[in-house]
Order: sequence, then structure tokens, then C-alpha cells
Amino acid sequence: MSKERNVDLAKWSGPKRPYDLVKEFTIALLVVTLVTVGLAALFSSPDERAVTLQDWSMKSPTDFVATATGELAGTTISAAYGAPYNKASEGLALGPLKIQKWAGVTIPVNPAFDFVVDPLTHSKDAAAPAALSQWNGASADQQTKWATDYSAAIEKAKGDYTMVAASESFGPVPVMATALLTEAQTGLLDGYLTTKASPFPSDFTGPLLFLADGVYLDDLGAAQHLHGDQWGMMNETGSYPGQSWLWLFSLWYQVEPFKSSDNADIQIFAFLMFLTLCFIFMPKLPFINRLPRLIPIHRLIWRRYYKENNL
Amino acid sequence: MSTMWTTKLRKATVEKFEPQDVLPDDQPSYVASWIYVFGVLTLASLLVIIVTGFALTTKGIAWWHTSNVGHFVNSAHLWSVEIFFIFMVVHLWGKFWMAAWRGRRFATWVTGAIAFLASVATGFTGYLIQTNFDSQWIATQAKDGLNSAGIGSFFNTLNTGQSILLHVSLLPLVVGLITIWHVILVRRNGVVPPLDAKEIAGGGM
Repeated sequence: MSKERNVDLAKWSGPKRPYDLVKEFTIALLVVTLVTVGLAALFSSPDERAVTLQDWSMKSPTDFVATATGELAGTTISAAYGAPYNKASEGLALGPLKIQKWAGVTIPVNPAFDFVVDPLTHSKDAAAPAALSQWNGASADQQTKWATDYSAAIEKAKGDYTMVAASESFGPVPVMATALLTEAQTGLLDGYLTTKASPFPSDFTGPLLFLADGVYLDDLGAAQHLHGDQWGMMNETGSYPGQSWLWLFSLWYQVEPFKSSDNADIQIFAFLMFLTLCFIFMPKLPFINRLPRLIPIHRLIWRRYYKENNL
Repeated sequence: MSTMWTTKLRKATVEKFEPQDVLPDDQPSYVASWIYVFGVLTLASLLVIIVTGFALTTKGIAWWHTSNVGHFVNSAHLWSVEIFFIFMVVHLWGKFWMAAWRGRRFATWVTGAIAFLASVATGFTGYLIQTNFDSQWIATQAKDGLNSAGIGSFFNTLNTGQSILLHVSLLPLVVGLITIWHVILVRRNGVVPPLDAKEIAGGGM
């Protein structure tokens, strides 16, 4: 198929038939419009309300407190993320290629400060200023030890911070975490984190990273069959087709060796880029570009031509 | 030969086409299959997407949460996207089995493939700006893949403002321009003849 034939290159000089392109397009537009309106009327579209930090703190206060403590301890996903948010880790790597790290920190996020310490400066809790003063006056090692000890105690209490007995080994962390909880429950934390950069909020990096560090959002996603191992974000809330065209991306998260790989994201991304290049340059791929001839579906498409020309 | 840029541009573009090539009222006799309809259906769907998208744009991203009319327009936008992809995928498979890249039509294939990929990116940013739970979930999940490849340093899925501008300006422009280019190539090169079509004496471009 690599050798071009004259008949493929030339302007067609064989028999022709009338073909009204404008009429075809007009009818197609009418049909598509009617089908679209019909589908919209019949099936509508899903609209699960967005989750706020207030929702999270009201419906799952234990998870909220555990996550806030984790931010202080530096153990949450975002606290240990790496680029583009911070330098806490090198991020994912494709073999020796540390692409994530190389891209650098372009969206600086310090979860302990941005999600907990800084918002607490606006807390209405009377105990918050003293707790913050104690926190800010301690060494980094001491801060980490307080938060780690409190995290361990919460975990020992099966995630319920209210069952944790007071201890000096936690320093000001319990007060800070519960003060932040109150701030979130009143809605102040949503307002502060979303309008911190500008009173016209459009960037939700901070609140969404914080929200995603908890279990609450993850549970909501699982309930809506949106987890990575449930074919992930190609799905949509409710029973809607979603981004079904992303199936080739979601597929690899369901199978080994990607499924259990710590570097699955970059491995799948790289593999998809390879497949994308294959797709674009498919006409040049040996064997693949012969498939249309080997599997004669074209005989069906052009059956009238072949019949009329005894081919 | 004229050295004027305008003349050169005219010769390279407008003079490459005859009116009959731009808006033909006939086609080779082999253009007689339902598969040919899917290219036009894809274009028609794109037009419906653009019109419903315009309607949403005029009222802002939160309109559809509070208005029944807005919700209906959003639904129409969603479903037009769904059928757009169905038509485009059928069109694409049809062109594959026709080996439609033959006869120096490689660029037509490539522009079609890029139009598909640009449409995927546009659809993705559309899902990011729904301003509901779905968009929150997709944003928090998708960031990891993009961050791992270094793309997240430039395109932040959690920055809704960035996604909005990409979805309503830059990416539609890319899809629109590449689609126009694709259609121009189809018109210029004509519809690919059947595999093993009879040779035409004296053929050549």
C-alpha cells in the first residue's frame, strides 16, 4: 500500500453522481438538533452539588480533624506531593526520568501553613491565638512530633478525635485542629481559602487539595463509581455516559502491571502518548496500514462500485 | 513570477481551488455509502455544540445550576458532545477501513486525528468547569496524571478560571481551525477512491 497508484492520486475522471452537499448538511443539522433536544429533554444532565469544606466539616468532623492534623504532621497526600506544589518528594518517575520533579514548583503550596496555620489567624476561637503562638514558637521537629503523636492517637481511637484523652505530648495541635473545624463549620474557611488570592475566586487549588487529602471526598467518589479502579473519571455522576472516549486511558488503570505500580500515572501517560503518536501516524505504520486491505470491510463500503465494475 | 506576497498567497490558496471543488454538486459514483454521512454529521454536531456553548457562555458558568432553561441548555450541550464523539469515532473508523490516507491524503488523516485529540481536550476542560461535584472529582483525580508528566506545572486542573478560558476560547479555536483545515484538505484532494479501483489512463495530480 506504500506505492501510490495513479487512481488514488488523480482527480477522479470516472463516472459521477449528483451529490447535494448543502442539502445533506442541512438535513444532518436538523437531525442532530432534534436528536440533541430529544436526548436533553428525555435524560437531562447530572448535577451533583459541589462539596464545600463546610459540608466536609459538618458531615465528617472526625475525618476533617484527622486530615488537618495530618497536614501539620506533613503526612497527607498534598504535604508529601512534590512538584508542582512543593519539594516534599521527587514525585513520580518514568524509569530514570523524573519529569514531575524537573517541571518544578510552579504552584507553591505549603499545606500545614496554607490550610491550617494561616486560616487560624482568622479564627474566632478564643484559644486559637495562644495555640498558634505556641506552634509558631516551636521548632520544626517539635511541631512534627506534636502533630504526629496526635495523629497516632486519633488513629488509635479509630479516627474519632473526641475519644482521644488530652496529653501534653500533643502540644497545641488538638486546639488548632478543633478551632479549624469550627472555622470550617461556620463557612469561614471556605471563604478564606477561596478568596485569599483574590476577592474574585477562580482558583480552587487550595481548598480542593485540602478536601482531597481527606477520606470524605474519596468516599463520595467511590459511591458515585468514580474511583480509578472503577474506570475513574471517564464516568460521570449518576447513570450517564460521561467521557466514554477516555476509555483507552482508564483501561490501563484496571490492568497489571499498571494497576499496582506506584508510578502508574506517568507510565500510563507515557504509554498513551506513544499510542497517540501511533494514531496520528497510523498510515505510516507497517502492518497496521495494511489492515484495511487484509480485513476487507471496504468491500462492504464500496460494494456497489465493486459490483458495477466486476471487481 | 510575481514577488508580491499577496500574489504568492493567492496562488498557494485561492487558486488551488475551483468553485466546483469548494462546493461540488456531484461526487464520484463510488461515494455511495452511509459511512460518508458521518463526516457531515460530525460537523453538524460541532455546530450544535458551538451554539449551545454560546448560550451557556452568555449567562455564565453557574447559570445552569439555578435555571431550568439553563439546565436544559447544559443538557443539550452535553448530549451534542456525546453524539459528536459517536459520529466522529464512526467517521474515523470508516476512514481507517477505507485506508483513506491513500493518494497523498496523509495530511487529511493527521488533521482529522489532531481534531479528535483537540476535541478530547476540549471535552475534558468542559467537564472541569461544570462547577459541581463531578468537576471537583475530575479535577482532583486528573491532576495526578498531568502533574506526573510535568504538564500540571502549566495547566492546573484545580484552577477553574484557567479551565474556563481554555474551554471557551483557546481549545475551541484549535478545534475549529483544525476542522476547517481538515475540510479544506478533503475538498482539495477529493474523496479517496475504492481500494483496487480501476486505474485511470493519464492519471496524476
